[in-house]
Amino acid sequence: MSLNELWFLLIAVLFVGFFFLEGFDFGVGMETQILAKNDTERRVLINSIGPFWDANEVWLITGAGAMFAAFPHWYATLFSGFYIPFVFALLALIARGVAFEFRGKRDSKTWQKTWDVCIFFGSFLPPFLLAVVFASFIKGLPIDGDMQMYAGFFDIVNAYTVVAGITVVLLCLVHGLMFTTLRTLGDLQERARKLAQKLLIPLAALLVAFVIMTYNMTDIFDKRGTLLWIVVALGVVAYLLSGYFMTKKKDGYAFGMTGAVMALSVASIFIGLFPRVMISSLDQAFNLTITNAASGHYSLKVMTIVALTLLPFVLGYQIWSYFIFHKRVHEKEHLEY
Amino acid sequence: MDTVILSRIQFASTTIFHYFFVPVSIGLALLIAIMETMYVRKGNEEYKRMAQFWGKLFLINFAVGVVTGILQEFQFGMNWSDYSRFVGDVFGAPLAIEALLAFFLESTFIGIWIFGWDKVSKRIHLLSIWLVAFGTMLSAFWILAANSFMQHPVGFQINNGRAEMNDIFALITNGQLLVEFPHTVLAAYATGAFLVTGISAYKLLKKQDVPFFRKSFEIAAIVGIISSFGVAVAGHAQAQYLVETQPMKMAASEALWGESGDPAPWTIFANIDTDNKTNSNEIQVPYLLSFLSYSKFSGEVKGMNELQAEYEQKYGPGDYIPPVKTTFWSFRIMVAAGSLMIALGVYAIYLMWRKKMDKPNTWFMRFMFWGLLLPPIANTSGWIMTEIGRQPWTVFGLMTTEDSVSPNITSGQVLFSVISFTAIYAILGAVMIGLFIKVIKKGPYAMDNEHGESHDPYNKED
Repeated sequence: MSLNELWFLLIAVLFVGFFFLEGFDFGVGMETQILAKNDTERRVLINSIGPFWDANEVWLITGAGAMFAAFPHWYATLFSGFYIPFVFALLALIARGVAFEFRGKRDSKTWQKTWDVCIFFGSFLPPFLLAVVFASFIKGLPIDGDMQMYAGFFDIVNAYTVVAGITVVLLCLVHGLMFTTLRTLGDLQERARKLAQKLLIPLAALLVAFVIMTYNMTDIFDKRGTLLWIVVALGVVAYLLSGYFMTKKKDGYAFGMTGAVMALSVASIFIGLFPRVMISSLDQAFNLTITNAASGHYSLKVMTIVALTLLPFVLGYQIWSYFIFHKRVHEKEHLEY
Repeated sequence: MDTVILSRIQFASTTIFHYFFVPVSIGLALLIAIMETMYVRKGNEEYKRMAQFWGKLFLINFAVGVVTGILQEFQFGMNWSDYSRFVGDVFGAPLAIEALLAFFLESTFIGIWIFGWDKVSKRIHLLSIWLVAFGTMLSAFWILAANSFMQHPVGFQINNGRAEMNDIFALITNGQLLVEFPHTVLAAYATGAFLVTGISAYKLLKKQDVPFFRKSFEIAAIVGIISSFGVAVAGHAQAQYLVETQPMKMAASEALWGESGDPAPWTIFANIDTDNKTNSNEIQVPYLLSFLSYSKFSGEVKGMNELQAEYEQKYGPGDYIPPVKTTFWSFRIMVAAGSLMIALGVYAIYLMWRKKMDKPNTWFMRFMFWGLLLPPIANTSGWIMTEIGRQPWTVFGLMTTEDSVSPNITSGQVLFSVISFTAIYAILGAVMIGLFIKVIKKGPYAMDNEHGESHDPYNKED
């Protein structure tokens, strides 16, 4: 495997990790308005992701940083090309991040409600917008010979990308609900599981629609047919198993399976892209690839050594932190937020 | 307005805002780590309360620092895509390493610190805050490695029309970094320290929780004086490096148009006329600029006119003189604020040494309270001098700001983002100050029953 391929893989892994991990805390953020009946439940929900959400978000920051370092042209074309969507995603992430910290700091209903609105939109908009961005990756974008992307509104927002956005949001919600069943008890846990089960059917419809649209509107099945059909098949299996485990109340396995559906969906985008990183709708020759968008060999080598040295530690202490906070959040304990 | 100007406004305002919070995080993390270490070693609950009280302010501040930092990473690509293309190979690496090495560490262990008081052992809990403090410092190191490259590019070659890294060790032993990192990190420690002494001074003036705040004051004053002195020493080293590598910035920060003469005097005040390239009403201290530049009382410093001619020969026609007034005055404001910090710190240490902290002068405590504004003033003006003084370059000698901007964004888009980010930052700033005041007013002992007053009926059982 060349270093360019390795870095494409690492970036894919970082984004898969981001959607798997932050996916559930986005879901829990949405639940605060959908599932929670009162302020105590809302606080239990927020506390259940309290120790984790910040580190989960670092997966996105590291993903973008790795893009910058390994494929500067990818980073430059992507972020300048999707200027406005990223402004909204940033505003949402900013509001959400401080909302967790601020909401419990004053004893006023209006105050808490304001920040709760920020938490909801901050948990809903970023996955939606990122999914829109990723879907338009494989659909192709108007990128010229200078690697500059001049996209109009409908290049970015169209039926295909919106379906992708809604699918991912719903997937985050179901994944978050399964996380809630793992971190809470009693009525809240029960309701989370029931809602997750209820959402499985609409989610299935969206996923099928997304696969059909992808098959018709992009070239990724032509390029990577066999591998992608395997991913789709695995996705179907994971999906069915998640439903099965939910009915058997095996929450841990069900959470693993909703996460697997998420991971496979994100992975399929990267598989379909490879070895391209951005697809030009103007001319195949203008595609950004893992070769023409990449940093030099020396830079990639340095980054590889650094990443391979650090990753075991990073993964180690992150897993350890999940172990420390494996106990369920109880409404009778000290709630930080 | 065009996208360059708007993007510059956005970058400047968001970076300055972000940098109100970063030094406070770095500084408070260290102080809290010291306080908690004393708690673990001495077993005195008062120190634990100190860590928790200052920890509350730390967390409010940290949250704003983190969320505004995400924008910092994204806007290189959003607004400065041609810059990102040109230097991504070199500049991206420290950013990615910063995320991998520092952000994961900070974010994971801050989670353990906040939620782990009764879930992990005392020692692990203490280790967490030290790792957070260490992480914030690592983060500073790598982001400054990237910034130092912009000030003084090293460890690269130009290939295929862009800068490509060829020596990572040159990048992390960049002379610029070796002076900028201690200067910046010590300034951050001073920022945390003066915040704690300032708030403590306020509470001592009000005679609230006196033993608690006197102890906090003393710990922070020691950190404050050591770091303020260190900042000055490191700043001196940085000025000398500046003369060597970016003489134009040095000349601009002195408003020095022609030759300085030998020995060179330091200008305290000048009425600068940038159109006619002259100054009037100058007040000068003899020898001082020579000393600043070379650590001896002789030596000439080049002026802007001469440097402009040199640069035109080297880089082609153009205006290589940065905004002189801004550079000149920001430098002076930084030095003045830093000197005041040292003066206040020395007097505070004198009081402690003579055991007069029981009855410090009220005027002094008032000064100490307002003194909490000095580090942010010094930090901000220091950065303005560093970044404005580098203009017209983004990467010194290699790429101009004009050429760095994204060609595919419209001024309408950038105007929209400038307005949105300014608005959300203004709200965040106001809310944060409000919350700070609230926490400070409540004091360290209000925490015991704080959760009792929420709407949550279960919390009273705590």
